[in-house]
Parts: sequence; structure tokens; C-alpha cells
Amino acid sequence: MPKVKIDGVELEVPAGITVLQACELAGVEIPRFCYHDRLSIAGNCRMCLVEVKPGPPKPQASCALPVADKQEIFTQTPTVQKARKGVMEFLLINHPLDCPICDQGGECDLQDQAMAYGFDRSRYHENKRAVPDKELGPLVKTSMNRCIHCTRCIRFATEVAGVEQLGATGRGESMEVTTYVEQALSTELAGNLVDLCPVGALTSKPYAFEARPWELTKTESVDVLDALGSNIRIDTRGAQVMRVLPRLNDDVNEEWISDKTRHAIDGLRHQRLDRPYVRTKGKLVEATWDQAFAAIAAKLTGLDGSKIAAIVGDQCDAESMVALKDLMASLGSPNVDCRQDGAKLDGPRGSYIFNAGVRGIDQADAILLIGTNPRVESPVLNARIRKRYVHGKCPIGSIGTAEDLTYPVERLGAGPATLRELVDGKLGFFDKLKNAKHPLIVVGMGALAREDGAAVLAMAYELVGKLNAVRDDWNGFAVLHTAAARVGGLDLGLVPGEGGRDVAGILEGCQKKEIEAVFLLAADEIDTTKLGKAFVIYQGHHGDAGAHRADVILPGAAYTEKPGIYVNTEGRVQVGRRAGYPPGDAREDWAILRALSERLGKTLPYDTLHQVRARLVAVNKVFAAIDQQAPGAWGTFGKPGATTDAPLKSAVPNFYMTCPISRASKTMSDCMASRSHLMAAE
Amino acid sequence: MAMITADPKDVPQVASFSFTPEYMAKVEEQIAHYPPGRQASAVIAVLDLAQRQQGWLPRAAMNEVARLLEMAPIRVYEIATFYTMFQLRPKGKYLLQVCTTTPCWLRGSEAVMKACQHAADGETFSVQEVECLGGCVNAPVVQINDDFYEDLDEASMNKVLDALRRGETPKAGPQVDRQTSAPQGGLTTLKGE
Repeated sequence: MPKVKIDGVELEVPAGITVLQACELAGVEIPRFCYHDRLSIAGNCRMCLVEVKPGPPKPQASCALPVADKQEIFTQTPTVQKARKGVMEFLLINHPLDCPICDQGGECDLQDQAMAYGFDRSRYHENKRAVPDKELGPLVKTSMNRCIHCTRCIRFATEVAGVEQLGATGRGESMEVTTYVEQALSTELAGNLVDLCPVGALTSKPYAFEARPWELTKTESVDVLDALGSNIRIDTRGAQVMRVLPRLNDDVNEEWISDKTRHAIDGLRHQRLDRPYVRTKGKLVEATWDQAFAAIAAKLTGLDGSKIAAIVGDQCDAESMVALKDLMASLGSPNVDCRQDGAKLDGPRGSYIFNAGVRGIDQADAILLIGTNPRVESPVLNARIRKRYVHGKCPIGSIGTAEDLTYPVERLGAGPATLRELVDGKLGFFDKLKNAKHPLIVVGMGALAREDGAAVLAMAYELVGKLNAVRDDWNGFAVLHTAAARVGGLDLGLVPGEGGRDVAGILEGCQKKEIEAVFLLAADEIDTTKLGKAFVIYQGHHGDAGAHRADVILPGAAYTEKPGIYVNTEGRVQVGRRAGYPPGDAREDWAILRALSERLGKTLPYDTLHQVRARLVAVNKVFAAIDQQAPGAWGTFGKPGATTDAPLKSAVPNFYMTCPISRASKTMSDCMASRSHLMAAE
Repeated sequence: MAMITADPKDVPQVASFSFTPEYMAKVEEQIAHYPPGRQASAVIAVLDLAQRQQGWLPRAAMNEVARLLEMAPIRVYEIATFYTMFQLRPKGKYLLQVCTTTPCWLRGSEAVMKACQHAADGETFSVQEVECLGGCVNAPVVQINDDFYEDLDEASMNKVLDALRRGETPKAGPQVDRQTSAPQGGLTTLKGE
């Protein structure tokens, strides 16, 4: 390992890193604009100049200079300070002085670094250049006069997002960052461009002129709009969620989040359930909590447990799920299901989590996607697979109808029959998987949430067996969920008990009048017309499908409004925190269930959040290890059987609208319109 | 400040572009210069061929080049807008690139420019002011399509333009009595024993 001396302090650093990274290890701050940890090195802003000995007698760009043994690096000499001042002055030649009206103000790298390293007055009297603004779609607002040509956005679009649509045209003073042809970017990760931009050239369109960073309260939490469980920071002002930003977590989302995670939050302001409702004479009428509970008690008291059922939604926190489970148990009902889409998952933990972990993708050397389109199901995870592809030597195959995934994919076929052939070793791709040290088999809900899902799962199980993909040092079986609550629900055992009914069974029972009361815990993705004449209790936060059909509505809290534990698709237990309070009379979900249980005379044995969480751990030990991915128990799973010819379609037909929150979001519908416009143009 | 590059929306674009068989053969030859998978290296040469066929570079041509070389269109736009030799607007049959850098200017490029601007009609002739063409010893210089016309003044420039207008191809090079950059009126040194 090379030994370097940074400002007189000797330090041993890993070989192959750059001078800038070495300085960071030494705790020395180097100003920079174009350099970014997760993008390729451009070396074009020249802000990171340092002096290096031995070396030429002029400052060097530290971001593009590899460290060498016995190198001496100086970051604070007069030459360096003068160089930084000079670079800063050049960068500001054409940068407008509009900080007071710029959305980046207060969190702007250029502003901060001009303060720290710049010259304290301007020597320019000439006019600044004017650059036409660009149209980059409904999420990214451009103000191209402010652009300093760091090219981070270009590199992000090309390297991470995998959409080569941004570039720099022209040269010298005429250089412009542009798509050249006016079009929105066709990526699900566009919002990250705004985070990357070190100046105010790319800012958030939905958030334009909404708030200043110093007015916002920041809460670290977890996303529930897809099953990845991206780590997020929720910025609120008063009761309102103003924006969502990514939080760094290399194990999960690195530092990216999807556009839905970031921009569906305006859905939290619309269509909210802010008070209880009871259906009287066919109409939903506003009610008090007491009246709502009374209506439920009137229906449920004396009703046999087998006639009561509960369906759990896709975004529920573990606390409310365990409360519902306990309540249903005390009512004597085995009819509980958390798999709204009917996914055939109820085996050991290893059969329903992404065992390899998101980090495992980096390690994989052959990937097979079965019935999944990760680009729409979890764009950030898809970017991770793309990253693996970019590193090379990783064949990626797909069985299903997945379209453009931003990386080339070997399309093996569409239906379960192809998987059968693959398992039998009849396809060339089998050998690629067999020869791989770390084969990764990703199974999506498109393969499992269907009639023959159990048979497809059995084939996948057979495949990992043949590939020896599950060993002590590697588990290459990975389920990519689409629902944030699903793994938590399965961990808590929210599946039909003995003699119980699953979702399909419940709906059938409703129509045959064998089920008389259904409790929907924020479950909106079922066909509510099939609920027949059953008495429907809906507890949730949005007036979506479930609430429209309900006989009693109990207003709950959305994920930003309650502390909650979520288990992501890897089986990682993460804690979401409360960023604000639910509107009106709405309450935290577990507390509603606790209150209801008392009214039904089946009081649940917990009064505080702490006690509920203790109960979680009692039900399943994995809940004790926060932020950890507890390994999944392995065993036989799936049910071998006949399959149909139907192609394995992705379970998410439309990325922008998958849940009550995103359906209520205007931004998401704008995105959808823009995307369909793009598709039409093609 | 003159915008060199940006694609102005007022440019009439052509609906489609494809290489003629003759040009396609040249394109394939250019691509063959590079190992397989590295065909993108031929982009400048192929763009030049497209420009020669069309007279300028419409967006359809850039898209076609991107398709042929398996590049993202934006990467081709970047290159085409970077080099001033790629013409992103329709040009006349003859593009008069008048050098106005110091040596040519000292030797009277203003008069040459005037003659050219007078002739420019957008169909037969288009004029472009360019920086040093590297022919300073024969200043002033005008590049007409691929040829240099040198040692010009207003009269000789007009003569060249008239000849072009008549469909003739005037002799390229110095328009005065000298061979390349040898002294005017014949050799002056190394004549004796």
C-alpha cells in the first residue's frame, strides 16, 4: 500500500485510489464540482487542484491523479489557494447572481464553495451568456444559465440510469448540456439528476419555489412505494411533506431513489381519509370514532370467526399487521392474507426473500430474471443490476415479457415452458448459469402471482438446486417483491391459518355469503366488486378502491405519519420514523386496532409502541435486528405441477401508479402522460 | 456572440436520410478501419461522408450515422456540433470559407470578404467567416468546398466566382503568377552558379 504525506501527515492508503480520495481519507476537504463517488471521473471543473511532489511545478487535478508511493500532497499552500480562487472566478464568469431566487440556494455547492474558497468580489463587467432552458420532462426544471458544465448529469444518465439521452453540444462558450432533441428523459431515476447537480441548473419541478432548505424539518425514514425499502429523508414544513431525498445506504439504495419514491408525495395531500365514515342507507356518512366502532361491534359481535376475514395491504407497517393478526386470532378467524396479488409464497423465509441481498448483485456473475421487470418494479435495484452489467462478464437472461431494462438481456422466452427447458438444461443459458460461481436467480411477482405460481416457484427451486446456487457462502435465490409490506407480512405469518382462506378464497366466500365481514387493512389492490354483500371495514389513509366499497372507514396514517417497521425484499428490517401527524381524526394504525379490540371485548395486550415492537420480536426474532438482513431459513418449497402457456408478465404494468398514494399524485399522472407521449413519438 | 452550434428550430429538416450505394461502400470502408465493436471510432469520417452526400448535415443524417455505428444519437450530435466543419444548416453549392485572421486581414481579406458576401445567394454560394486556414504564406485565402484559392484580391476573387457560376472549375491555388508559395514572378535565389 502506498504511503503518502498529505499536508505533512503521513498516511498509508489503498493502492489505486486517487489523490482526492486519499485526501478524504486523511480528513482533508477538497472542493470539487465534477467529481462524484459513483460516476466516472471527468476532471473538467478543475476545482480540486492540489500541489503534488514529485510532479510538475503546477497544480494538479486531484480527482484524476492516482496516488503513488512517497507522494507528497499539499492542499493548503498559497499556490493551491490562488488556483482555487482563479478556478472559482472562471466558473462564475457566466454564472448568474440569482441565488435569492434560485431553488438551490442554501444547499448549493457553488454557493458554499464560493464562500469558502472564492474571491470576495467580482471583476466582471461584461455581459453573461444566455442559454436557452431545456425541456427534461415533468420532474426536472432547468435553468441552464446556471450550468457550470460539470457533466455530472450526463454521466449519471449514461452510466447509472442507462439512458444515453443527455450530452454536451457545441464547444467553448457555446457548450450546452442538452438532449438536443427536445424530449423528456425516459428514466425512472430522473429525480437524482437534481441531487447531483452542484448548482441550480437542474432543480425539482414539482418542488419549485416551495420551500427553503433551512425551513424544513428533516426526518430519516424508509420508503414504502416499492419493496426495496430505499432509505429516505423526509423534509417537512409544519404538517406537510415538502420533499423526499435519498439517504446513503450502500446495502440498499446507494444514494439513489426512484421518481415514485421522490415525487409521489403530493399524493399524500389529496384524497385523504381524515375522519371515520359509516355507511348509512347506502351512503358513506361522516361519523365519530365511537360511532364507527359501534357499527363494527354491532356487526362482529357474535359472528363466527370463520365468517370474518382480513386482507392486508401492500404498504402496511409491521406493527399494524401484528395487531391485526392478534385481533383476528382473538376473533377466532383463520382467514388472514397479506398477499393481495395472490402470490404463491408461504414457504420458509428463504423462499420469499432476496437472499443474496442487494449487495449480492455486485457479486453475481450470471443473472436470470424470471417474470420480472426490475426497471419498473424497483428502478434503483435495476440500476444496481446495470452497474453489475457495466462491470462486465455477467450474462443476464430473462424469461418473461420484460422490455428495455437499460442493459442488454438475453431473451430466453416468455412462458413457464421456457423455464422448464432451462431447468432441464436444454437451453444454452443453463451452462452460463452452471459455470457461474455466483448465479443469481431473480423471481418476480409476475411469475408467482398467478394460478400456476406454485409450479413456477417449484421449477425455480429445482433450478437453484441443479445450479448449486444455494450454499453456505452464497444464496442465489432471490424474490423481487413489489409490495413493501409483503416480507414483513410473511415474516409475521399473515397467511391463512388452518382451514383458512387466502385472498381468492375470501372473495369467493364473500360471493357465496360464507364470509360476512371483511377487514381491509389498507388493501386496495383487490377486485372490490367481488366483495359481494359482505360488511367491509376499511382502515387506511386514502379514499381509494377499498374505501369506496367500505361500510365503515377507519382513517389511518400514511408511511410518513407513523413510526413503523418495514421489511424490504431482502428481508432487511428497517425503521421508518414519523415526519408529521396524520390529518384530522386519523390515527396511527396499530393504535386504531388496539382501540377497536377493546371495543370488541378482545383487548390486545399492548398499550405502547414499545410493547407492540416487543410483540413483533416475540412473533419473529428477525424483528430484533434492525437494519440487518437476517438470513432466511432454507427448505423445500413450491408445488410441482402443470403450468399454463401464459407469458410471465411483470406484475407492475405502470411504474407511476401502483398504490393509493401514487394514484392520488398529480405529479405521477404528469409523468405518466409524459411517458405515454414519448412512447407515442417513438 | 455567434452561436456556432445549437440546432436552431428554424432549420428545415429533411424527413429521412440514407446513404447511396456509392457512399455506403465508402462508409463500410471507414468502419473496416477499426476492430469490430469499435465502429464508433469512424464517426467523424462517416459524418463527413453524410455531409458530402447531402451537402449539409440534417438531423436525419446524424440519426442514420448513429444507427449505422450503433451509437446513441446524442453522442453523434455532440460530435457534429463540436466541429465547425460540420454544417448543420443547408448550404449553397459552394461554401466560401473566408479566412479573416490577422495575416489574411493584413493582406486584404476584407475586400475578398466583400466580394464573397456580394456573391452569396444561399443557393450557389454561401459564405462563412473562418479562423486561420493555415495558408498564411499565400494570404488572403478562401476555401471553396475542398480547394484553397490563394493570393486573392477583390478582382481575382470575382473572377473565380464568375467561373464557378459558369460551371467551370477554376484552377485552385495561387491566383497570381507563382507556383505554390514560391516567389512571385519566378525564382529569385539559387539562380547562378
